[in-house]
Amino acid sequence: MPEAVRDGDYAIETRDLSVYYGDFQAIKGIDLAVRRRQITALIGPSGCGKSTVLRALNRMNDLIPGARVEGQVVFHGQNVYAPGVDPVEVRRRIGMVFQKPNPFPKSIYENVAWGVRINGYRGNMDELVEQSLRQAALWDEVHDKLQESALALSGGQQQRLCIARVIAVKPEIILMDEPCSALDPIATLKIEDLMRELAQDYTFIIVTHNMQQAARVSDHTAFFMIDQDRAGTLVEYGPTAQLFTTPRDKRTEDYITGRFG
Amino acid sequence: MLRQKFDEELQRLQDEVLVLGSKVEKALVQSVEQLTQQDLAASRRLIAGDRLINERRYTLEAETIALITTQQPMAGDMRLLAAILEILTEMERIGDYAKGIARINLSIGDRPLIKPIVDLPVMADKAGAMLRKALDAFIHRDVALARAIPRQDDEIDALYNRVFRELLAHIIANAGSLEQATYLLWAAHNLERTADRVINICERVVYTVTGEMQELDVDDADIESLG
Repeated sequence: MPEAVRDGDYAIETRDLSVYYGDFQAIKGIDLAVRRRQITALIGPSGCGKSTVLRALNRMNDLIPGARVEGQVVFHGQNVYAPGVDPVEVRRRIGMVFQKPNPFPKSIYENVAWGVRINGYRGNMDELVEQSLRQAALWDEVHDKLQESALALSGGQQQRLCIARVIAVKPEIILMDEPCSALDPIATLKIEDLMRELAQDYTFIIVTHNMQQAARVSDHTAFFMIDQDRAGTLVEYGPTAQLFTTPRDKRTEDYITGRFG
Repeated sequence: MLRQKFDEELQRLQDEVLVLGSKVEKALVQSVEQLTQQDLAASRRLIAGDRLINERRYTLEAETIALITTQQPMAGDMRLLAAILEILTEMERIGDYAKGIARINLSIGDRPLIKPIVDLPVMADKAGAMLRKALDAFIHRDVALARAIPRQDDEIDALYNRVFRELLAHIIANAGSLEQATYLLWAAHNLERTADRVINICERVVYTVTGEMQELDVDDADIESLG
């Protein structure tokens, strides 16, 4: 059932969202409204449900047997879990970049063109590939070897290629699940710079274990923890600078200062 | 227990702040004692000793910055370390005020005092007590105390105003007292400023605990009007 989004400034919003894997409740009653064209970081200890929340936003959890969703994910006024919503279309408009760069074993060019092609793109593919690679700050490094294998690129370049691949299909939201955990510090900073640049046009939601990264790159931060039932809950959500200097909740303070045992 | 080493370092830094604070307080009270007794040798020693206070401040500042860069403190830890940097600066300045009073003593030298010095030691005691309480509030994260201390500044301001008028009367009555009266007014001014520095420390205590940046010095207009 379509519902009006409360406020036009939000790109996506979860309402009382719970996800179960079989009998196990992974996240419980999450209300999270993500601001448009900003970077929102999801942080918390392992098993706190932050990746589950991320994957629920574009129905990636559908692919896990036994996964079940309650509540709503409201995108453009519509619950993405409503009957009749095409999950493939949801994932086109809400793209995802994963922890480990995962280019296809094909050319750099084909990696960018692939997603667009299966979506039936009829425009100028060369232009789109160049534009996407430029936006991903990779063009200068690869423009003379577009037909070479993507697997020959460095880890950081591969991750930017994955971002170019997502950008090519013109999504509105880009989900990132630990996108820098396999990268060195310089490649990490390049990705972060790129995110800041692209946040003028896209909404980013990033899951990261690296609190300094969340602090550096995001506008808003959401802190998750498991409750007494071992289900992930949203503890605190606020502007990043405020959350990292003056968290309101003692549990947030304990976690970000490293006193969480 | 996570971050035990870091916690030990935080504790040690706070202890060091206390030690430096007590040195500064002692210097302040002594500088005025020396002035009342015209003890020039002691003032020379105090001036030399201020260098040690400054050095200690820089060492502690460097250690605080090293802790920030190596430990990436967040939230309450970061607020504490930011407060320590500020408190160190304020305390070093108070040390400079004490040194300034010692210099005034040397400038007056062994010429007879134009009047017995009565109010300055009271001001020094009160300012010293304020500093002690402010550091107490800092160590115990006592926001109520930190907010209460600035009220004692009114007594120091009142004493300053009285000293100011008395010295002015001296100058009017006897132009020959101009130089020494000006020196003594500087000393009083240093003590009045000390109390203001202590209020800044109190503000940092409130910040450390609550994260609020808040002006606690609300009633300084009387002094400002005196220039």
